[in-house]
Amino acid sequence: MLDFRLNDEQQMLVGAIARFAKERLRKVYRDAEETGTIPGDVVQAGWEMGVLPTAIPEAYGGFGDYSAVTGVLAAEEFAWGDLAISLQIMLPNLVAIPIMLAGTEAQKATYLPGFCDERPPRLTATLTEPTVFFDPHKLKTTAVLDGDHYLLNGVKINAPLAGEAELILVYANENGKTQGFLVPTDTPGVAVGERNKLMGIHALATHTVTLENVRVPVANKLGGVAGCDFQFILNHSRVALGAAAVGVARAGYEYAREYAKQRVQFGEPIAHRQSIAFMLADMATDVDSARLLVWEAAWLLDKGKDATREITVMKNYVDQLVVDVADRAVQILGGYGYIREYPVELWLRNARGFATFDGLAMI
Amino acid sequence: MIDFEIPDFIKNQQQLIKMVAEQAMRPFSRQLDEHEHERPKTFVNMTWPFAQQMMQRSLKPLMQNGNGSGAPQKERTGPDYSTLALIFMIEQLSWGDAGQYLCLPHPMLGGAAVQSAGTPEQQVRFLKRFTEGKPKWGAMAITEPGAGSDNSAMRTTAVLDPETNEWILNGEKIFITSGKLALEESDGICVVWATVDPKAGRAGIKSFVVEAGTPGVTIAKQEHKLGIRASDTVALHFNNVRIPYHNLLGSAEAADKMADKGFQGAMKTFDASRPAVAASAVGIARAALEFTIDRLKQEGVVVDYTKPKHQLTAVERDIMEMEARYKAAWLLTLRATAQMAHGESNRLEASMCKYRAGEAVTWITQRAVELLGPLGYSRELLVEKWMRDAKINDIYEGTKQINQLIVARSILGYSRRELK
Repeated sequence: MLDFRLNDEQQMLVGAIARFAKERLRKVYRDAEETGTIPGDVVQAGWEMGVLPTAIPEAYGGFGDYSAVTGVLAAEEFAWGDLAISLQIMLPNLVAIPIMLAGTEAQKATYLPGFCDERPPRLTATLTEPTVFFDPHKLKTTAVLDGDHYLLNGVKINAPLAGEAELILVYANENGKTQGFLVPTDTPGVAVGERNKLMGIHALATHTVTLENVRVPVANKLGGVAGCDFQFILNHSRVALGAAAVGVARAGYEYAREYAKQRVQFGEPIAHRQSIAFMLADMATDVDSARLLVWEAAWLLDKGKDATREITVMKNYVDQLVVDVADRAVQILGGYGYIREYPVELWLRNARGFATFDGLAMI
Repeated sequence: MIDFEIPDFIKNQQQLIKMVAEQAMRPFSRQLDEHEHERPKTFVNMTWPFAQQMMQRSLKPLMQNGNGSGAPQKERTGPDYSTLALIFMIEQLSWGDAGQYLCLPHPMLGGAAVQSAGTPEQQVRFLKRFTEGKPKWGAMAITEPGAGSDNSAMRTTAVLDPETNEWILNGEKIFITSGKLALEESDGICVVWATVDPKAGRAGIKSFVVEAGTPGVTIAKQEHKLGIRASDTVALHFNNVRIPYHNLLGSAEAADKMADKGFQGAMKTFDASRPAVAASAVGIARAALEFTIDRLKQEGVVVDYTKPKHQLTAVERDIMEMEARYKAAWLLTLRATAQMAHGESNRLEASMCKYRAGEAVTWITQRAVELLGPLGYSRELLVEKWMRDAKINDIYEGTKQINQLIVARSILGYSRRELK
């Protein structure tokens, strides 16, 4: 039966992450952004909330309670606190979820138990390439079968924490189809390059990764010989990013709303003016619209439906809504919106990234 | 528990209503649009038995003793599925034809007012007629020439004649949906808002039931409209209209004690009617969207949902945005409805879905006309009609701007005084 209310466990989880986001992430996000470093204790505390182990099947040491709906609830709350730090907290998902969804039995047995440990395993994934017309279904990085190995060649960018990673899930083009390959970083030909300079999420270290005749065993192909349905994996990433976008949008909306109630001009709060109040009403409605679209998409995934159409429609729309909401937040703060002492300029920069963040989050 | 599953009985109901829409509505859409004030006879005859059953079901708990003295409705334990079923029905009927949908032989808004503010006795007295005999209609008269969004400015008066214990109504009401159907063409009812004390502002406003055949009521004008032309829209004049004391909605004692609550009670009707308007808007949006996608497919244009955004054509981008706005409006509507079904307050969400759905359907249908080029603009097809029909949803049951104002006050925690 149609219902828009969270159940008890979801309420507890959302409440706990909301507290963490407010008390931890919002305390350090600006320093992290300006210095480009995220405090390790905050990431560890986020990891200890145990969102990922809850999703891992019991056979591999988790609680077997995977749900995309619960995942999007968590992602929104984390991202409300700070996008860059929450992308790092959720970084292990980038490898764990594809293995859960598409991995072979051996891959699951090898990797999944590691995601239930006290500290997150040092893994990352990379999809994006340095090209204007980036298309995740037509990657320039290639994978060619050579006996019992694959030969990988290409340049990837925006690989989070690739410098510390022991293994990278590399997406590459095999005969026109995107497939995943589990590549240990000590494999000859793998070079983790300089840190990427991005418009937003400065706190998160992302890197260029160059692959030159990198040989990986066939067994390291995600899903084994049969491979994986990449659109299915992409859908899980887009729902996660949609939820994170809702979190960023809500942060901007709430901040602008409270600011407008405090800021006095012409003798009364600017929120008393319809020009401001109506912008806020639209922002609130946009945030709710985006959230409902994300929830429905996640619910379809949980039902095992092919939700490609719904997710594409949702993602393209939400990517724009989050920018519109963040932009209006900057506008409502006026000059202060442009100053880095206030958070809204950062949210606008982060918001603009969602259209290019494919593969940077996963639930 | 977050769940988007539609109960099976609603899915079945939708199949049936879709048939009605395809067989009894769509074939007559153009004729009724071009011959305003003609009645949708096929639709009315086909839906009257169904509408009677709906009324019977909703009056059943009150009818145990035949006169409304039966036990009041039981405390609800589970969700109220009938509210949800109604919203789905409105969406599907409006997909068929939004103008004809408004001619459903049912008390509609008037019935909602009687059910939310009337005593059990009044509910039976005024609504039982909708379960028997010939088709009947209900209407609601609020707006006046000088009182639109600011309905506290209304001037229609109700004065008690102590000798006969009757209310005497005087005034002028406009934009009344199904007013002629209710009062002149059937034995229906019209709920009329009037003030018992013009100096008291909102506190003086009460709602009264005027039955068909009451002397002194005249149809002053039948409007000619941009769209929803199958729907009857009239102005009513009340000239010393005498109605029994107990046609004042709510019990007499309560009405005295409630003072300001009369107006609040009347406003509460909007919490239910705004999601209904939003559902109608969404139905038109879906009609236009489905038609546009189908027609483009005939031209060999099929949207590829796996392409990255930068490779989409302008047409594909438009279709995707139409889909997103349609779906967002529908989900906002379902949320406000689910809250109602669970007995929760939905004032904010009702206004939110109403204004966003009105905005969405206006944009979607205008874009459909544009995308289909000369065909979109042609009166040989229905797309241009849907665009004209759609616009009413941006206006009635509170304009977009009034509903934005309600949303803004709610999220800011402001009173009418703080945010004018």
